[in-house]
Amino acid sequence: MDLLKTYILPRLLQWLVVIVIGVTITFTIPRLLPGDPVEQTLRRVTANTAIDPRAMESFQNAIRDMYGLQGSPVEQYFRFWGRLFQGDLGPSLGAFPTPVTTIIANGLPWTIGLLGTSILISWTLGILLGTLAAYYPNKLWSQTLDKILIVIYPVPYFILSLLLVMAFAYYLPIFPLVGGATGRPGFTLAYIGSILRHAFLPALSLVLLGTSFRFLIAKALAGRVIASSYVSYAELAAVPTPRIIGRYVLRNSLLPQVTDLALSLGALFNGALITEVVFSYPGIGFQLYTAILQADFNLIMGVTIFSIIGIATAVLIADLIYPLLDPRVRYQ
Amino acid sequence: MTVIRDMFRFSPSFRWGAGMLLLILVLVALSFVSPYDQFARREVPNNRPPSREYVFGTTALGQDVFWQATFAIRNTLIIAGIAVLVSRAIAVLIGTFAGYVGGLTDRVLSAFTDTFIVIPVLPLIILIATILQGNLGMVQLGVLLGLLDWAWPSKRYRAQILALREEEFTQTAIFSGMGRLKIIWHEHFPFLIPFTLADMVSGFLYAIGLEITLAILGLSNVSLPTIGTMIYWANYYQALLANRWWWLLAPIGITIVVVVAFYLVSSALAVFLDPRTRLKNLAAKGTGA
Repeated sequence: MDLLKTYILPRLLQWLVVIVIGVTITFTIPRLLPGDPVEQTLRRVTANTAIDPRAMESFQNAIRDMYGLQGSPVEQYFRFWGRLFQGDLGPSLGAFPTPVTTIIANGLPWTIGLLGTSILISWTLGILLGTLAAYYPNKLWSQTLDKILIVIYPVPYFILSLLLVMAFAYYLPIFPLVGGATGRPGFTLAYIGSILRHAFLPALSLVLLGTSFRFLIAKALAGRVIASSYVSYAELAAVPTPRIIGRYVLRNSLLPQVTDLALSLGALFNGALITEVVFSYPGIGFQLYTAILQADFNLIMGVTIFSIIGIATAVLIADLIYPLLDPRVRYQ
Repeated sequence: MTVIRDMFRFSPSFRWGAGMLLLILVLVALSFVSPYDQFARREVPNNRPPSREYVFGTTALGQDVFWQATFAIRNTLIIAGIAVLVSRAIAVLIGTFAGYVGGLTDRVLSAFTDTFIVIPVLPLIILIATILQGNLGMVQLGVLLGLLDWAWPSKRYRAQILALREEEFTQTAIFSGMGRLKIIWHEHFPFLIPFTLADMVSGFLYAIGLEITLAILGLSNVSLPTIGTMIYWANYYQALLANRWWWLLAPIGITIVVVVAFYLVSSALAVFLDPRTRLKNLAAKGTGA
């Protein structure tokens, strides 16, 4: 019961606050900035196409209605929430009558699959390598790894993935340049193989990003544990090294990593958006890019709101799992 | 001065970083004596590979890649600099205030900060930039990037203050009747400097990354030469498909040199300026020599 009051309820409250503030910002920004998005949208969408007047009018009404521009700002605000609760983010402007939610739903499995896999791999790899490198700081392999990751870590993500595309899809065409998969969707070996082949480079770039970041943190955390007296004692007591690393060092430096994973989800999500643009991978990020190119303002808003809610929920889940891992929270 | 001399002597990563920074500074300085205007096009023959006359080749827009790159790096550094000043001003203010005042103020500010940590920044920036498209000058872009990157550092400043407040020497200072501001200034500030320096560099690198991202997506003012817009135009004219690699090589190469240089210098500085490591060095010197 105590756990519920001191741990779970505040987390739920924070989740609500994040969503309310995030959605409010997304609602407010277009209204505060100079420039009328409706005009802009209309001008851009109708720039090189002849649309018959009736369609034009329904289009204009759709846009006004979609932005909820009728009534006072307060009324607009509540209507905005009302529609959000019904899961209605309005129609896309690029693919006009298709609802934004349908488009997002189409991209979602690709993004979650890519992001989930690469987070899992990079988190495990980064922590393992970081802990080992902290335990053996003078070995040649740990110093080499350290130098390589220090160079990779600060490189802007766009540049990193651009380099990978240039190297492995363009100059050495080992991997496909664009797309998520080829062939007929289904549970066939060929289709799954094609998915894996297409996902390899995008995932590799995300794994490189995540691993170098995780490695540096894991090394610092493990270094602190290794300096503590119980590790020195275990070494003096001739406890086998694998046991020291696994039971003492790794175990004790793991908890902050779980919290940190939750907090870095947003950054990784940003990374996934960029990956999909660079590799033309058919997830949410690529749809966002298409939306930018087509000035599909509604889809951009939809993706923004959706990512805020999605990331907030993912962080909430990570927070709720935390007590299962940390006995100190459970027995408080 | 002795600090810098010592760092040159003892820290190889500082040596490398400082050397690379010098190279960047030379490039920035060269931009002021460029024979071309930074917005000028069709000044030189199109699409020439690197040669003695055009060291880094020329673009499809008729610009000399080398001179274009000097402008690009200058503008990108200015944008990132503005972003860092804005974001760190907010972060230090909120973080240290929450840390020192505590209580309800702290809880409200922390909840607010945590909210902004969770909200994914990129879609939000894209939303704003889409509406403002073309109207984003250097200063505005810098301020915008800064306004969206204060939450994470603010949380870390708060954690630093909380940790410092628990230190034994803080208690000693309080009990010996030292004033509150004096404690902050004399006892805590020296510990915060190395942290702030390292943090500012990481914010700087983050801002560079965001500038590049926005520009490649075509969301900033693409006529202004920056690292990002150089890549944007190279993509626009399909430099890769046409095998004009030199157009992409310059911005990518420069970016890697810049970020690695700043990172090396900042990590070396953070290690060296930290009073704790300095004390350790002194102790080692005392016993060793």
